[in-house]
Amino acid sequence: MIKSYKLKRGLANAFIYIVLAVLGIVWVSPLAYLVLHSFRDEGLAVVPYLLPKSYSFQNYIELFTDTATLNFPRWFLNTFVVAIFSCIISTLAVLMVSYSFSRLRFKARKPLINIGMILGMFPGFMTMIAIYYLLKAMGLTQTLLALVICYSAGAGLGYQISKGFFDTIPRALDEAATIDGATRNQIFWKIILPMSKPIVVYTVLTSFIGPWTDFILAKIIMGDNRDNYTVAIGLQTMVSLEFKATYFKRFLAGSVIVAVPISILFLFMQRYYVEGVTAGGVKG
Amino acid sequence: MKYIDYMQLNPFQRFWYNFSSAMKALPGKLKNFFVAIGALIVKFFKGIGKAVAGYVSRFIKGDWAVKISYLIMGFGNMVKGQFIKGLLFLGLQIAFIAYFIFFGWGYLQKFPTLGNVEQGMQINPATGGYELMPGDNSMLILLYGVLTIVLTVIFFAVYFASTKSAYAVAQQVAAGEKPADFMSELKDLLDNKFHVTLLAFPTLTISVFTILPLIFMILIAFTNYNKAHLAPGKLFTWVGFETFAEIFEMTEGASKGATFVELTKWTLIWAVFATVLNYLFGMILALMINKKGIKLKALWRTLFVVTVAVPQFVTLLLMNQMLQVDGAINILLMNLGLIDKGILFLNSTALVARVTVLVINCWIGIPYTILITSGILMNIPADLYESATIDGAGPVRSFFSITLPYMLFVTTPYLITNFIGNVNNFNVIYLLTNGGPTTENLYQAGYTDLLVTWLFKLTMNSQDYNLAAAVGILVFIVCATLSLVTFNLTKSAKNEEEFS
Repeated sequence: MIKSYKLKRGLANAFIYIVLAVLGIVWVSPLAYLVLHSFRDEGLAVVPYLLPKSYSFQNYIELFTDTATLNFPRWFLNTFVVAIFSCIISTLAVLMVSYSFSRLRFKARKPLINIGMILGMFPGFMTMIAIYYLLKAMGLTQTLLALVICYSAGAGLGYQISKGFFDTIPRALDEAATIDGATRNQIFWKIILPMSKPIVVYTVLTSFIGPWTDFILAKIIMGDNRDNYTVAIGLQTMVSLEFKATYFKRFLAGSVIVAVPISILFLFMQRYYVEGVTAGGVKG
Repeated sequence: MKYIDYMQLNPFQRFWYNFSSAMKALPGKLKNFFVAIGALIVKFFKGIGKAVAGYVSRFIKGDWAVKISYLIMGFGNMVKGQFIKGLLFLGLQIAFIAYFIFFGWGYLQKFPTLGNVEQGMQINPATGGYELMPGDNSMLILLYGVLTIVLTVIFFAVYFASTKSAYAVAQQVAAGEKPADFMSELKDLLDNKFHVTLLAFPTLTISVFTILPLIFMILIAFTNYNKAHLAPGKLFTWVGFETFAEIFEMTEGASKGATFVELTKWTLIWAVFATVLNYLFGMILALMINKKGIKLKALWRTLFVVTVAVPQFVTLLLMNQMLQVDGAINILLMNLGLIDKGILFLNSTALVARVTVLVINCWIGIPYTILITSGILMNIPADLYESATIDGAGPVRSFFSITLPYMLFVTTPYLITNFIGNVNNFNVIYLLTNGGPTTENLYQAGYTDLLVTWLFKLTMNSQDYNLAAAVGILVFIVCATLSLVTFNLTKSAKNEEEFS
């Protein structure tokens, strides 16, 4: 009896191993294809076999040197600059809003929280056209400044996760500091912020990653000004009908260059990501 | 049902009981919701009434300086020694009046008609020649009209505050106190009024770049701003609910109404399938990875989670390329000898494209579910499974009788958020199929277009701005209702006992 139970369990585990292995291959193979073919030396856009026959760094080198029509290094720099600035502004905005909603008590608090919740329910693209005209009226379309503004202007609405974090810090700390004569400003900088490193790191990283992955807003704002593209729309341009024949391999190389750092950042903060998604939404 | 009866139910029955009682309570909750809204409105008007009463009574009770500050903002503060504060009020008043006279009023007076002078060839009185004369730009009139209204409301709020402040200072002086000087008020901004300092900047940017565009787009839905009325060449004007009527109008052929119905159906099918498939398969995989006795857990987990880490636009563009006729997937199938020539995954028939999109979405979405549910799955008490095994339940039975009810109970809010996310899942559709396969049967849409991608195409390709705005409002109503229900469910769930 015991033997057959063991056998049964062994069979079940073997079955699970097989399923996991097969599915694991299914999941990873497109990424493997991306990486392998980004080093492919021979052929043009596509080749009628799966594994490349020869490897070289040619695609990567061309990506950074052949910049006459499609300027990938420039796009990379654009995205980097936009990411830095919007990261600073949005982090400040998020922390300021979440701190006020979590630690300070004032008359307009509840109404403001509700307004923030309702604003979050509108589909984002609905406002894009209006934003486009607004930027046009300011003479800012097709500039990087416009992108920074767009990415950081609404950042304050993403306060929920860090508010949830601030809520967990005991209020007794604030009260003790107030008795000792600290102003709320000092409490914010000297007590709450140093205790909230994880959430600050999370906010910084998410707002830094945003511009690298956003697609649609950048496309609307930049239009056909290829010099000011970010990597996302730039890479899409590379696989458009006009360029695909020559640029497909470089598209793969460019994707790898963008994906590797972002993936590392994500794996680094996945714990916070899970907490963020489940916070408030999930009971348990 | 008595508590003792409840305790005897199995987890699934308990879930069903909770669910059905929540549904039964729904009409009552809805009633309460509307009563609460009514109470809020009453409270709002009572507040306004009180404010007006205070406004008048302060004018009557105040001394001459207070009375003058009702006309010249900040006067009362300046007379009583709060010189800088008074100057700031005054400067604000002058700035607003200048804005209103030189800029705002011109747009505001055209706001009811959105302009009546069309751009066209006319005799230019200055030169006497027959030239293209600029007319009214309805778009700018609408935009700046909204801006002026918002600024005016803000100004009146500040004005109200300034009269209040003048009265307060007068009271202080009359009581023999020294009014606070400017520096101490600035210091207060870092302490008792710290929220003002913190929230000023985010509120400003959100108002300009979120609220203002939102009001603008909502108003657009009530105009006839489309490609026949493009600013600045043509004028557009208010049409009331005509655009909404157009959406629900059922005519033959590729009408807007028929397209809306078709796309709504597909959006719902998509959202349900995408959510349910990802949830079920993700959970099963997470269970497999975390099963006792399975080795290399970290490896399996990483294999799946890596696809989450790679930016979504990269994976989607890559998938789009791999699904082409000459793409990697067709090459693989051909090398395996399964097919002779490439399959058109994305642009042959509606069914093939839709199934492909759903499958690819599983590839993208399942790792997210694994990531999210792993932790919760580990929290299911192990003795539940042990007793089930003793009672002779196999793994399938335990999954449907223990795991699924437990997870549904805990993650319903997450599921609904996920569902809303899928209704708005722009990236997957846009980057994968761009709505294709294209068809003549739908107005400006393909078979895999969701409502949100249709909204985008309507604005970008066919300039049907009013239609797009109306569709956006409808999507918002659906999503907001779902979110409110979720919110209420979580709130009620928190008060209930722990599932065990």
